Amino acid sequence: LDFTSPEGEQFSSSEQKTPYADITAYNNFYEFGTDKDDPARYAKEMTIDPWAVEVSGLVLKPGKLNLEDLLSGFDLEERIYRLRCVEAWSMVVPWIGFPLADLLQRFQPLSTAKYVEFRTLYRRSEMRGTRSFGSIIDWPYREGLRLDEAMHPLTLIAVGLYGKTLPHQNGAPLRLVVPWKYGFKSIKSIVSIKLVDRQPATSWQSLAPREYGFYSNVNPAVDHPRWSQKFERRLPSSLFRPNRIPTRMFNGYEEQVAELYRGMDLSKYY
Amino acid sequence: MGSVPLRSVVFVLCITPFIGLVIDGLNSGLGPDPAEQVMGRSGQWALRMLLLTLLVSPLRQWTAWSMILSCRRILGLFSFFYASMHLASFSHFYIAWQPSLLLDELIRRPYIAAGFTAWLLMLPLAITSSKAWQRRLRRNWRKLHRLIYPATLLACLHLLWQARSDISESLVYTVLAALLLAWRLIPKKGSKGTL
Repeated sequence: LDFTSPEGEQFSSSEQKTPYADITAYNNFYEFGTDKDDPARYAKEMTIDPWAVEVSGLVLKPGKLNLEDLLSGFDLEERIYRLRCVEAWSMVVPWIGFPLADLLQRFQPLSTAKYVEFRTLYRRSEMRGTRSFGSIIDWPYREGLRLDEAMHPLTLIAVGLYGKTLPHQNGAPLRLVVPWKYGFKSIKSIVSIKLVDRQPATSWQSLAPREYGFYSNVNPAVDHPRWSQKFERRLPSSLFRPNRIPTRMFNGYEEQVAELYRGMDLSKYY
Repeated sequence: MGSVPLRSVVFVLCITPFIGLVIDGLNSGLGPDPAEQVMGRSGQWALRMLLLTLLVSPLRQWTAWSMILSCRRILGLFSFFYASMHLASFSHFYIAWQPSLLLDELIRRPYIAAGFTAWLLMLPLAITSSKAWQRRLRRNWRKLHRLIYPATLLACLHLLWQARSDISESLVYTVLAALLLAWRLIPKKGSKGTL
C-alpha cells in the first residue's frame, strides 16, 4: 500500500509497537469464535473480494463503495495508535487508512444526521462463530458513533496494517479505528454505514447495558462491573514481566477528544 | 492393573497439562498475553479434575472396580493444585500481589468471591487428604470432605458468571457437575454414605 505519514504527535507514537505476529494472532472477532486464536485460524473462510460498503440513511447521495474504490479512492496515511481492549490488554498498532470524515463527506450527510450506525458482514456459511449454539449475540455485529465523533480527525477507516493490506482476522477489507474508545467500538469488516438521527442500538450495549455503554470511552475511573479498568497489560506481555501499566483517560488522547464530552457525566455516559 | 501402577498412570495424566504449560511458557507458546492463557488453562483443569474426582464414586458403583478409589486423592489434589495456580496467576497478572486490591475485587465482584470461596473450601480438603488425617478425623473426615459439593457449585457459578457472549462451554461443565451431584441424592441400597 502507498501511504504518507501525517504531521502531528497524536497520529504517531514513540511507544514500542506490538509486533505484526502478535497483532495478527491475538484477536477478538466473535464471528469466528470466542478464543483469541480463532480469528487467525478461521477468518480466512470469509470472502472479501468482491466487497461493497453501502452508505445510506440521512445522506444526500446514498450509494455503494466497492473494494477498488476504497483502496484507490482515498489518500492513505499511517497512524500509529494505542488500542485498548475493554478486557484490560492493549497494543500499539501501525494502521494504514484514511479519516472516516473523508468517506462520509463523499456521501454528503444531511444536517438532520446525528449518529452513524455501522454493521459487520453476517454470512453464516463463512463465519463459524455465528453458528455456535451458545452464542447470544444478535448478529450482525453493530456499532455506532455520534456524528461529531465520527468526523473527528483521529477516527480512521483502516485498510492496512504495518504497510500491508489488512489481514482477515483484523477486519479486512475495512474496519473502523477509534483510538480513544475500547476496542470493541472499532467494528470490523464493515458492509453498511448508515447515518441516522437517533442513537443506534449497538451489539454489546444491547447484550449487557450495565457493562458496555454506547460511548465506551477508555476511562480508568469507571470500572467494568466485572474487572478494574485502572491498569492494562501492554502486549506482548510475558510470564515474568506482565507489563502492567496504568490506563490513561481517553487512552492518552484526552487533549484531542475531551472537548467532545464537555459537560457530560462520564460515569453515567460510560 | 495394580493400584500402584494405576495411580502412577493417573499422576502422569494429571500433571501433563502443567508440563504443557511449562513447555509453552519456555517456547513463547503462550502467545502475546500469557496471563489469559495461564488463567484460562489452570481454571479449566481445576474444574475438570474436580469433576473427575466426583466421578470416582459413581464409577465404582457401576463397575464395582474398587481400585479406582485409590485415585481419588490424586485427582482431588491436582484439582487444588490447578486452582491454586489459577489464584496465583490472578494475583500475579491482575493485582500485582497487592492484598488491598484482592480485597477490593472480592467485595466488588461476586464471581471472583465465588471462585475464591471455592478455593478456600478446597484448602482444608487438600490439607487433610492424607491417610493420617483420615484416621485422626475418623467419621468427621467424610463430613468435612463433603465440602467438595459446595466448592463444585461455586466453581460452576464462577465460570457461568463471567461468560460474556457464548455460554456453551460453561453450560457443559455445569450440566456435568449437576449430574454428578444429583447422583449422590439417589438413595442407594446397603450404602453407609459415600463421597
